[in-house]
Amino acid sequence: MIEIQELTKRYGGKTAVDGLTVTVRPGHVTGFLGPNGAGKSTTLRMIIGLNRPTGGSVTVQGRPHASNPRGLWYVGALLDASEVHGGRSASGHLRALARSNDIPRARVAEVLAQVGLADAANRRIGGFSLGMKQRLGIAAALLGDPQVLLFDEPFNGLDPEGVRWVRGLFRQLAAEGRTVFVSSHLMSEMQHTADHLVVIGRGRLIADESLSDFAARSVRPTVSVATPDAVRFAEILREQGVRVQSTGVQTLEVADLAAARVGELAFTHRVQLHELTTHATSLEEAFMDLTADSVEYLAGDPR
Amino acid sequence: MTTTTAPTLTPVERPAATRTPRVRFRDLVAAEWIKLWSLRSTKWSFLAAAFVVLGENLLSAWGDYSNYPDYSAKIKAVFVPYWALGDAFNDGSAFLLVIAAGAIGANLVVNEYGTRLIRTTFAAVPARRSVMAAKVVLATGVFVVFGALIVGVSFWADEAILSLRHAGLSIGYPGALRVTVAAALLAPIAALIGMAIGAVVRHPATTMVLLIVLNVVVPALLLDQRRLSATIDEAMPITAWARLPAIGDQTGPGPIGMSMAHAWIVYAAWAVVSVIVTVVVPARRDV
Repeated sequence: MIEIQELTKRYGGKTAVDGLTVTVRPGHVTGFLGPNGAGKSTTLRMIIGLNRPTGGSVTVQGRPHASNPRGLWYVGALLDASEVHGGRSASGHLRALARSNDIPRARVAEVLAQVGLADAANRRIGGFSLGMKQRLGIAAALLGDPQVLLFDEPFNGLDPEGVRWVRGLFRQLAAEGRTVFVSSHLMSEMQHTADHLVVIGRGRLIADESLSDFAARSVRPTVSVATPDAVRFAEILREQGVRVQSTGVQTLEVADLAAARVGELAFTHRVQLHELTTHATSLEEAFMDLTADSVEYLAGDPR
Repeated sequence: MTTTTAPTLTPVERPAATRTPRVRFRDLVAAEWIKLWSLRSTKWSFLAAAFVVLGENLLSAWGDYSNYPDYSAKIKAVFVPYWALGDAFNDGSAFLLVIAAGAIGANLVVNEYGTRLIRTTFAAVPARRSVMAAKVVLATGVFVVFGALIVGVSFWADEAILSLRHAGLSIGYPGALRVTVAAALLAPIAALIGMAIGAVVRHPATTMVLLIVLNVVVPALLLDQRRLSATIDEAMPITAWARLPAIGDQTGPGPIGMSMAHAWIVYAAWAVVSVIVTVVVPARRDV
């Protein structure tokens, strides 16, 4: 469990995180979404005590992470896969981390095998691809078998097979009752990964809800219609109180009316249809709308 | 990347769930030890430093060996102990040792900032002061050994060369042990100073520049004996080094006004201040 209370971080005059209050619960994969520069990484760094909040507080399993003398037992974090020394081997890097936290050395080989790096254990990290570094970072996060796991943009550089594997891993970790908090600036990545979403923009909370609730926001389907009788059909639809827009000579876009009902009306009024398609707004668009709103809102903010 | 196909996930052994974490300082020192020697560059840095320092010493001893027959009777009369002791570990070698140990020491801290590994380190061990203290303990140990080895070998080899002219002296000679200890301690002190600069500056290149300024440029600029210059000069580790080998009432150039105790205090003060800075400063800042 991660409890974030009124968390604020200012750098000089710039506010990176602004009064954020969120609880990240165990047993779920929680997606942490926001456009670039929204304050995601800063928030994650404050969770693991690398950065000190300007105001507010954040606790992991009930206490600030900075007060744990050893960290890997409580929180596993992959914040940036490049935060390693390229001159060390994968196993050298993990052995030092394990030793600092009194984790048995055998665990190093275990996590390397788990992330699929067993064959690369003795190779220098400097020669790793970004995907391999991500896997190494995940291995480091798993080292202490912690109850809370944080991942900042974990999909960067992973091949499709790797993406699928990471998703499976996150779900498994959550199913084991752990808290899994994953940041991303791409909704499409979270759609198949998270079951809860925390969305921020310009350091402020925009949404904190389940993926299904978030999806429900975005069900505002439009139906596009192609018909040689476009003008007449638009008239018929308007008489029914439906919003219609002409998008071409023979095409219309209908809002707030299911495709089936549009088809029924066409049938009743003997209108010939060439096309009838439903366009659900994607989660991606919902996310864009939401964050775009926040940007507009903040643009007028006298700060 | 070829062979990183994902294995089927098997339930992981759960050491953490069944054990309480033990918090032991020696684990941190051991982790730093692993970090130090898991970098190939470490071995080469130490070897290169040893090669340069020993080379400089042997060359100067060889020079005295070659020139000895031409030295005046006056010089020969005082060759043992003054010149012989000077050859045991000469000033050039002291400078080189200070620069090399300072650079390697600084690198212990600054390479973590340079690669941003420091974030991984501090997330894994939020007790930052303990991490830095472990680095200090490790560096002190490693550089005491390194300094003792280099200075010991220098002393033995240089005096062996001079003894071919019957102009060498043994470690039992009054003052000889003090000279070697003072020289050997330059290594850990320079390393600690390097670490402190690294912990404050956090930028590799800037750290190296400051090290050179402190150990080479400043002492070189303060050769005049105006009061302020002299005061600063006498607070420099390399000046303290220059005083410590002196035997009895030495006359001649050098930091004459400085007492032996003053010189040891300068050594101790640099070490203590460096340790405090290294341990305290990183804990107070965002990384």
